[in-house]
Amino acid sequence: MKILVGIKRVVDFNVRIQVKKDGSGVELGGVKLAINPFDEIALEEALRIREKGGQAEVIAVSIGPSDVQQQLRTALAMGADRAVLVETADAVQPLMAARILLEMAKRENADLVILGKQAIDDDCNQTGQMLAALWDRPQATFASAVELKDKTLKVTREVDAGLEVIEVDLPAVLTTDLRLNTPRFVKMPDIMKAKSKPLATVKLAELNVAAAPALEAVSYAAPVPRKGGHKVADVQALIKELHDRGVLS
Amino acid sequence: MDIQRDVMSYDYAVVGAGPAGLAFAIRLKQLNPEKTVCILEKGSQVGAHILSGCVMEPAALDALLPDWRKTPPEICVPAVKDEFVFLTKTDRFKLPTPPQMHNRGNFIISLGSLCAWLGTQAEALGIDVFPGFSAAAPLIEGGKVIGVRCGDMGMNKDGTPGPNFAAGADIHASVTVLAEGCRGSVSKKLITEFRLDADCSPQTYGIGLKELWRVPAGRVKPGFIQHSLGWPLDSKTYGGSFLYHLDQDRVYVGFVAGLDYEDPEFKPFEAFQQFKNHPSVKALLEGGEILSAGARTIIEGGIQSLPKLEMPGALLIGDAAGTLNVPKIKGVHMAIRCGILAAEHVAESGVAEGFDARWRTSDSAKELRKVRNIRPGFHWGLWLGFINAAVETVSFGLLPWTLKNHADWSSLKKKGQTESHTDYIERTLPPRDRLASVYFAATAHDEHQPVHLKVSDTNICATKCAEEFNNPCTHFCPANVYEMVDDGANKKRLQINAANCVHCKACDIKDPYEIITWTTPEGGSGPNYQNL
Repeated sequence: MKILVGIKRVVDFNVRIQVKKDGSGVELGGVKLAINPFDEIALEEALRIREKGGQAEVIAVSIGPSDVQQQLRTALAMGADRAVLVETADAVQPLMAARILLEMAKRENADLVILGKQAIDDDCNQTGQMLAALWDRPQATFASAVELKDKTLKVTREVDAGLEVIEVDLPAVLTTDLRLNTPRFVKMPDIMKAKSKPLATVKLAELNVAAAPALEAVSYAAPVPRKGGHKVADVQALIKELHDRGVLS
Repeated sequence: MDIQRDVMSYDYAVVGAGPAGLAFAIRLKQLNPEKTVCILEKGSQVGAHILSGCVMEPAALDALLPDWRKTPPEICVPAVKDEFVFLTKTDRFKLPTPPQMHNRGNFIISLGSLCAWLGTQAEALGIDVFPGFSAAAPLIEGGKVIGVRCGDMGMNKDGTPGPNFAAGADIHASVTVLAEGCRGSVSKKLITEFRLDADCSPQTYGIGLKELWRVPAGRVKPGFIQHSLGWPLDSKTYGGSFLYHLDQDRVYVGFVAGLDYEDPEFKPFEAFQQFKNHPSVKALLEGGEILSAGARTIIEGGIQSLPKLEMPGALLIGDAAGTLNVPKIKGVHMAIRCGILAAEHVAESGVAEGFDARWRTSDSAKELRKVRNIRPGFHWGLWLGFINAAVETVSFGLLPWTLKNHADWSSLKKKGQTESHTDYIERTLPPRDRLASVYFAATAHDEHQPVHLKVSDTNICATKCAEEFNNPCTHFCPANVYEMVDDGANKKRLQINAANCVHCKACDIKDPYEIITWTTPEGGSGPNYQNL
């Protein structure tokens, strides 16, 4: 069984995002970049399936400039068997990512593609669904528990009304929610081992994917700062203020 | 509890990816490419825990990597003009700039960015750099340091292994190089264990706070450097401010206060914020925004407080030992030089022994000896300190005496025994308080882990300490880690907000009963400084 895991490089979740002065994007200079946390969960789940005796090969795939190799090395240190970087300098949008992942899934003959439900930079939450549609295979999104039985995946999904349990036949696309698992810590000897694991690079042009961006970013802006509150003298003053503002009638 | 640990062996293991540790590793690989070297760094990436002024003298870096100017780090602005001023609450008086503080030929840099850049240079040389891994304890066998133990990951709050527990590896090395910076936690253990400070004065420290601002266009004069003394500090408290103008409408603003202050209720954070609201500074900052902020303690002891730099199997380099030049307010060139010298020593001899003697006959030692009496002179107050500094400067430090230092924790006077001289103004610039400031440090600690600030006796907090000193930890901590809260039974108890910690180490230094010990939290925890 082959499991493909999507790894997207994003600005680390601890970083305080600063919008560029001209509104064309966010500042990336001197900023820590890391694996999208939902993708880490995806990789962890793939590793757990392999460790439960699933006889699986786990392949980490990323799309981006050549220095995304650093994040793929981290994925290899966590335990992926090998990694592939689809190299491009362009910004990656969901439809393009889905098309690229489709090519990779076909090339690798993947049985399961696990993706994070969304990336924490653009919060699109589209790639997994688009990939399933393009691939014409079932999707199980927002997974909070996964159980593999032969060629069937039993997936617990976090939905508005609570938990929904579905079964999908492989090959399929799985996207991970926050509570699916807690990714393992990388160990030092594994970082050393990861240096010699296979990491292939494929140029985007080689994949024959329609790569034109489908969306145009118009502008970026920081949220308007919240205006500070103020103290009122007593309950009467508070009630009056709430009336004045139309909160109480 | 029997824990299986991975063991990794290197020729040389370095603790701390700061300027000293990186310089050591890089120089060693230049001299001896076949030797294996690793660097442990507790920050989530190289530079994440680095905070410094910082105006750098470039000669040491020129010697290490002559081409560094071709690919300068993120912030690197040539120094253009120095001003040294004395502040009162309302005015600003220019003073002659002391000769040590002329910065022609120097660069205003972000030391964090420089270290990140040095980290990539180190990796390119084949050095294994491990960000996100802390050195928790030294490994000592038969009276010799044989390496360090990395901190465990994934522990529960009570110290038991959690579901994702990963035992820290043991790193074995023929020489372990401690380059943790000011008040390193492993260095502290080793200084005690090997009595490295038996023949020197106690180390003394300051606490530095710093913010990076972007201000409205047209106000910044790139390369302009201002240092100040005076308000908001009273004349008994040593310290002052720095203001460094960068490019792209950015400016560094910072404040350093000597940790030998006497008033137990003194708040370094408040002094810094007061300074920012001085009319001359406010005019620069008003309408701007903070990009990042943080705090870190700084070495102030000079050569008389420098411990022995070697012990069997290990070296102390840079500010883990304390090589900073206080009157120059510069430590980076000293740290890099110390790292280079240590690498040359180890490459030639293969052992730690002999490094201390070698450093003490070096130019660095001469530089520190010359200025050794300037900082301690300020123990007599600002004005006598000034006169002493002038005398020491014109005599090139050749006067036959050496002033001693005293431990900072012992300098606090009891509550009510100091007159408070704070003469503060109403401030309007952000951040409004320490919690708002911590936000700009982007500090993060997984809340499931044990509290990494160990207070050995919390019973005295609400009783003895409250009566004698009014809980100075709640005042000096720049990140509001220590709070006295209601315990629900009409008494107070200490609450440690460890997740706020920015790893400055002031508590480990200044607590008057010496009961606070700063230990390493899980690797990767702590501030995520950007361009500081």
